[in-house]
Amino acid sequence: MSQYVTFTLDGSLYGIDVVRVQEALRSHVRTRVPLAPPTVAGLVNLRGQVVLTIDLRTRLGLSGRADLTEPMMVVVQVDGEPVSLLVDEIGDVVEVGPGSFEGPPDTLDAALRQLILGAHKLEGGLLLVLDVDQAAAA
Amino acid sequence: MEDVDEIVREFLVESYENLDQLDRDLVALEESPGSRPLLSSIFRTIHTIKGTSGFLAFGRLERVAHAGENLLVELRDGRRSMDQPTTDVLLRLTDVVREILAAIEADGTEGAVSVDAVIEAVEAVRDGRTTVAEEPVVVAEPVAAHVAEPVAAPVVAPAPSIIVERSAAAPVVPAQPAAPVAEHLPEEVLALRSAADTSIRVDVELLDALMRQVGELVLARNQISRLSSGTDDVDLARSAQRLNLIAGELQEGVMKTRMQPIEHVWSKMPRIVRDLAAACGREVQLEMTGGDTELDRSLLEAVKDPLTHLVRNAVDHGIEPSDVRVAAGKAPRGVLSLRAYHAGGQVVVEVADDGRGIDPERVAAKAVEKGLRTADQVAAVSHAELLQLLFLPGFSTAEAVTNVSGRGVGMDVVRTKVEAIGGTVDVDSTVGSGTVWRLRIPLTLAIMPALTVECSGDLYAVPQVNLLELVALDGQRSGSGIEYVHAAPVYRLRGELLPLVSLAAVLGVEDGPAEGSSVIAVVQADHQRFGLLVDRVLNTEEIVVKPLSARLKSIGAYAGATVLGDGRVALILDVQAIARRALVGVLEQVSAEAARRAQEAATRTAPMEQVLVVGIGGGRRVAMPLASVARLEHIKAAHVELVGGREVVQYRGTILPLARLDRVLGGYGDELGEELLVVVYSRAGRSVGLVVHEIVDIVDDDVTRHSDIEDHGLVGSTVLGERVTELLDVRTAILAADHAFYDTAPTSSDELDELAGLPGHPDLVGAAR
Repeated sequence: MSQYVTFTLDGSLYGIDVVRVQEALRSHVRTRVPLAPPTVAGLVNLRGQVVLTIDLRTRLGLSGRADLTEPMMVVVQVDGEPVSLLVDEIGDVVEVGPGSFEGPPDTLDAALRQLILGAHKLEGGLLLVLDVDQAAAA
Repeated sequence: MEDVDEIVREFLVESYENLDQLDRDLVALEESPGSRPLLSSIFRTIHTIKGTSGFLAFGRLERVAHAGENLLVELRDGRRSMDQPTTDVLLRLTDVVREILAAIEADGTEGAVSVDAVIEAVEAVRDGRTTVAEEPVVVAEPVAAHVAEPVAAPVVAPAPSIIVERSAAAPVVPAQPAAPVAEHLPEEVLALRSAADTSIRVDVELLDALMRQVGELVLARNQISRLSSGTDDVDLARSAQRLNLIAGELQEGVMKTRMQPIEHVWSKMPRIVRDLAAACGREVQLEMTGGDTELDRSLLEAVKDPLTHLVRNAVDHGIEPSDVRVAAGKAPRGVLSLRAYHAGGQVVVEVADDGRGIDPERVAAKAVEKGLRTADQVAAVSHAELLQLLFLPGFSTAEAVTNVSGRGVGMDVVRTKVEAIGGTVDVDSTVGSGTVWRLRIPLTLAIMPALTVECSGDLYAVPQVNLLELVALDGQRSGSGIEYVHAAPVYRLRGELLPLVSLAAVLGVEDGPAEGSSVIAVVQADHQRFGLLVDRVLNTEEIVVKPLSARLKSIGAYAGATVLGDGRVALILDVQAIARRALVGVLEQVSAEAARRAQEAATRTAPMEQVLVVGIGGGRRVAMPLASVARLEHIKAAHVELVGGREVVQYRGTILPLARLDRVLGGYGDELGEELLVVVYSRAGRSVGLVVHEIVDIVDDDVTRHSDIEDHGLVGSTVLGERVTELLDVRTAILAADHAFYDTAPTSSDELDELAGLPGHPDLVGAAR
């Protein structure tokens, strides 16, 4: 059995292994980093610590989010350092068995195949499992 | 205390610590006699004291320690087991050592402490007259000793009388000097404790953690200061001011705890220089001044490698061999001096030699040769700027790769490392009289004063170290603004043209509010001064440097990030990097292009390849990839037979076709001697032999430095060991010996790999697929 922290991006449900997640919280004021890759959404002050923020929409090649919706942050640990991922909405922590898992379909774009490990077939739809290290590597 | 030498003080502190440990160990040893770790620990302590006191010329202390050591050796070697008398005498010895240390601390001499008695006692224990010696110590009563000893040591007949005298003297003598010291100089007791008690050993991690906390406190203080400045609340303002003061002092204090003299790094240098000088055949005298200049420990760690590199470099390339020096009218012995001093809130470390100096013309020629700059570019710049080329990646002035330096790890690494800690490095050199490398290092890393500026709505921090002055541009007044030399904006600063760099343009962000008002921050980067055009200047504050993730650091514009008083994150600008980005744009593009091409070439083929260098007569040298050579053989010339006009030899049960390399390459083909030297190639079960005149060497060949001059049987030439060496087209040479050699497909992949190093084998690649 594995547990995933779930969140939505452009209507789809994604999951990150719960042990990698430090916390989930409302988005903070971000300081943009000129000249940085487009996936870098900026730097935030997380209780005195400067944390790099990655916009998962850009990372996954999705359309930009409407300015009105306020994104949420999922802070994950990558190489012992926190990295914050911008998502649309945060969902529940779900527990799924290995039986419902299947690898990514062959038709998936090559760039995304690195990011998406596969999908769990849930009743309500698919839960796409993200490779945290790849996702955080802007 | 002041006149007590630093070394002696350290010795005292260490010895006090060790003696406390010794007391515990001795007592513990009594509980578990024969414990080897304890015995070893005790032995080490005494041994250390003996060694150091001998070095510092404290003769009596040395004698005492030596006596103790003798006893301990017996214990350690198991010739004696630990018993109470032994413990007693060792503890007594410890006390005497303490007394002597106290005397040394008081006035730098061993004072009047007598050591003979305790040494006698130790000797007595060693001689096995233990019970007697022990008695007077405990009872301090000669009569008791008289009574005790005949009973205790009845076997040893002549001994008792001697013992009586000794035991009678023993309690008296050490007591006498001990008493007056304690009595008439109570402050000495205080002093005695002070050295041991006023310094403690602290884990570096604890200090690092403390420093981080202080950093956070400084941030909180900045926040409070900002809040209080906006209110009329007098109490708040007063408290904020007080907090300001305390935080500042605390910061200073914690910073001091992390300071270490640069000597810690220098202490290795004499040895390095000595070994290197011997290896390079130089005579070098090392002079070090300002070793007590203090630096933050983390910075000290960071400059260790660059400094070592510079020192090695100076010995290897800077200082000439003695005969050359004498010929140039200098002393045969070169002087390498290390100097450290404080200047302008930074620590400057100089590595200076009085060697041959660096010839800017040669540097320029080298840069052109390596494709880092074009000839026109180097012709246009000054000598000082030419020397800056030394710091370019891929630049090394070493003519030959030596054991010591010149392996491509050059000054660019030094610069990268020094700049990583916010420092700078530059070089001054006069041909014939020497070179000075100068490192400027900030005092501390974690907290630094910076100017916060606004650009297109974002805040950035400019380190105060880089800042020279601020010039406000008033958009309303004409004639005081920005002028243009073609497209390059400049500003007339006191009559001189100052090149301007718009921060928004460098960072690629949209320009801020119209030309209304902007500020020029005049900054200094390397040797260049330029004006950074920003929208607004906010204020100066102490910022705490937070590291950036490697990804953002690699952009090459930011030195770090920080949290400002209002909780916002601001990027710290790396002025050096921005200067490089903006100012020498054209030059940099050229070098970036060259670097990219070199990189591409490097990824295409391994940059270094081992080659076998052979002589083929007539002074010609030919190199062939070592990877494809199977064996080297000696074959008797008499064994060579002819098959259809070709030379062959019977070799390991098969027929080995031979090709004389000199003839293949159109050489003279002078007759060889009795023995032929054959380089054997094998592939897919077939072998051929190439006959050469001599095997010269196996060397590393830098593939990127090949020239393309082709000739029959050659694929180019290169310089190996300072001689032009032809690169053999192995395929052609082999085909000369066996024209069917490549017809068979290789049977295993390693054989393919074996030949993969050979240039230009389209059919081979085809066979592989």
